[in-house]
Amino acid sequence: MITLTVNGQAHQVDVDPDTPLLYVLRNDLELNAAKFGCGLGQCGACTVLLDDKPVFSCLVPVAALGARKVRTLEGLPKTLPAAFEAEQAAQCGYCIAGMIVRAQALLERNPRPTEKEMRTHMAPNLCRCGTHMRILRAVRRAAEAMGGGVREEARIGAEEK
Amino acid sequence: MTRGGALAVGIVFVCAAGAVAAIAFAWHPAIDEITPPAPGSFDRYLVAEGEDLANLGNCAGCHTSEPSRPLAGGRALDTPFGKVFATNITPQADDGIGAWSSEAFGRAMRRGIARDGRQLYPAFPYDHFTHATDHQIAALYAWLMTRRPIAGRAPEPQLAGIFAFRPLVAAWNLLYLDEGPLPTDGSRPSQWNRGRVLAEGLGHCSGCHTPRDRFGAEDVARAYDGAWTEGWYAPPLNAHSPAVQPWTPEELQTYLHTGLAPHHAAAAGPMASVTRALAQVPEEDVRAIAVYISSLMADAPASKQDKPQPVDRLAVAQQQHPEAATLYAGACATCHDPGAPMMQQGRPVLSWATPLHEASPHDTVRVIMQGLTPPGGSSGPTMPAYADMLSDQQVQDLAAYLRTRFTDKPAWSDVPAAVAEARK
Repeated sequence: MITLTVNGQAHQVDVDPDTPLLYVLRNDLELNAAKFGCGLGQCGACTVLLDDKPVFSCLVPVAALGARKVRTLEGLPKTLPAAFEAEQAAQCGYCIAGMIVRAQALLERNPRPTEKEMRTHMAPNLCRCGTHMRILRAVRRAAEAMGGGVREEARIGAEEK
Repeated sequence: MTRGGALAVGIVFVCAAGAVAAIAFAWHPAIDEITPPAPGSFDRYLVAEGEDLANLGNCAGCHTSEPSRPLAGGRALDTPFGKVFATNITPQADDGIGAWSSEAFGRAMRRGIARDGRQLYPAFPYDHFTHATDHQIAALYAWLMTRRPIAGRAPEPQLAGIFAFRPLVAAWNLLYLDEGPLPTDGSRPSQWNRGRVLAEGLGHCSGCHTPRDRFGAEDVARAYDGAWTEGWYAPPLNAHSPAVQPWTPEELQTYLHTGLAPHHAAAAGPMASVTRALAQVPEEDVRAIAVYISSLMADAPASKQDKPQPVDRLAVAQQQHPEAATLYAGACATCHDPGAPMMQQGRPVLSWATPLHEASPHDTVRVIMQGLTPPGGSSGPTMPAYADMLSDQQVQDLAAYLRTRFTDKPAWSDVPAAVAEARK
C-alpha cells in the first residue's frame, strides 16, 4: 500500500510503486481533471502541483512522492478557472486543467510576473487548438483578480529605468 | 656610501629599469577612430562568409545576452579571477566597435588589444582567434560592421585584486600568446589542415575542452583532456575520450551539425548553444572540423575496439539500487527503453550515452535535473527537467543506478556534491 496526500486528503492505494501518479489520480482516486496527453512529459496536459511546483504527473512514479503533497485542479481556488471561463480560453479543453495548474504555481509564487516571465513559465504546456493567446489573457486576468497583475516588459531597446 | 646602501640603490635601479621595460611592453597606441563604414561598402560575399565564421565561432554564445539585442554583449563570464562581461560588438560608434578600423579589429583578434590600446582579458579567446587567416578576420569584420548598431555598454569587469590591473595581461601574452596563423602540416590532407585552422582558430574548441593552469591559460601539455565550463564537464577529445562508440568523422559531423549523435549523446549545456550555431555553418566546414577533431581521438579506447557491445547490467543494478530501479521504470523507461517512441527517432541507447561514462557524475546529474531542449533549436522531443519531480536523494540514487546498469565503470563517489551543485 502506498500513502499519498492529494488536495489535503490522505489516501492509501494498492498499486505498483512505479505507477505514474497520473494513473493513480485518474483511476484510483477518480480525480479526472489532469489528462493523459502524451505520457512522455512533452505536452503538460497531466500537470499537477507537487508541493508548490508544477510537474508532469505522467512521469512521477507514485513511489517518488514521499511526504510531498499533491494538488490537482479539483483542489485549487476558483480564481484561475473563473478567469479561463471569462476569457473563453478553452476550445476543446483538453489542455486547460494543466494550463490552470501551471498558472496557479506561477501566481502563487509571484502575482506580479512580467509578460516574459509568464510566457516562459507557461511554455512547457501545449494547446493543439491554438488558444494560447486566450490562455495568456486568462492568466493576466487572474493575476489582477489576485491583487497583482502581469507587468509589461520594458520596451525593446529602451533604457532600464 | 655603505655596501648595504649601494646594494639598495642597485636594486631600486634594476626595479625601475624593469618597470620602464614592462610599461613599454604593455603599452600599445590607440588606433584612430573611424566613422562607421556604410553597410553597403562591404562586399556581400565577404559578409556572407563572415556570417558563417561568426556561427562557427559562436560569437553570439557570449556576446548576446538578450535575443532582442544581438551581439550587444552584457553576458557575465565567471572566471577564477572574477567576473568578466562580454562587450558590445555591434557597429555602434560609442558603445560597440563602430569606430574600429579593420586594423584595430585585426589587432584585437590577433593580439587582444582594444582600439584604444587597452589590454583585453583572455576570457575573449584571442589566443585562438590569432590563428585565423587574414581573410577570415576580414570576413568577420565585414559581417560585424553590417549588423544593427545597438547602444549600451557592458559593465566593467569585476576582478579580484591585482587582476583588475589590465597591463598585467601583457605578461600573460608573453607567456601564452602564440601569435599568428598556424603553419600547414604537410603530412596531413588539406581537409585536416582546414579543420585545424577552424577548430583551433575561430572555433576555439579547446577553450572549453582543455584544462587551464593557475593563470587561466590552457595547459597545452594536457590539450583536449577535458575541462569544466559553467558547471558542465566538457569531455576529453583526445586519447582519454570516454566515448564507448568511436567518434568517426561522420558521427562527429552529424553531432556538430544537428546536436545529436545516434551513438553518443545529445549536446547539452554550453555545447547545445555551439551546435545550434554550427547548424548554420556550411557542411564542408563542419566536416573539416570533424575530420580534425576525430583524428585527435584516434588512440581513444573506443577507436581501437572493433564492435563495442552495449552494457546493460539490469539485475546487478536492480539489486544494488532497488528504489532507483522503480524510479527508472516510472520516470525514464517510457522514453529510454528499447522500443519507446523516442528510440525510434535515432536517440542513443543509454549504454552509449557519453555522460554516464565520464569520470564525474556532473553532466548526468545536470541532464536529469535540468532536462534537454530539442537539438539544434528545432521543434521535437524535449527531455523534461526532473529537478522538481525528484528529491536530491532520488536523483543521486538514479544517477548511481544508471552508472551501474549501463556502464562497466566503477561507481561515482561524488554524486551528492554534483546534485547539490546542480540544485543551486
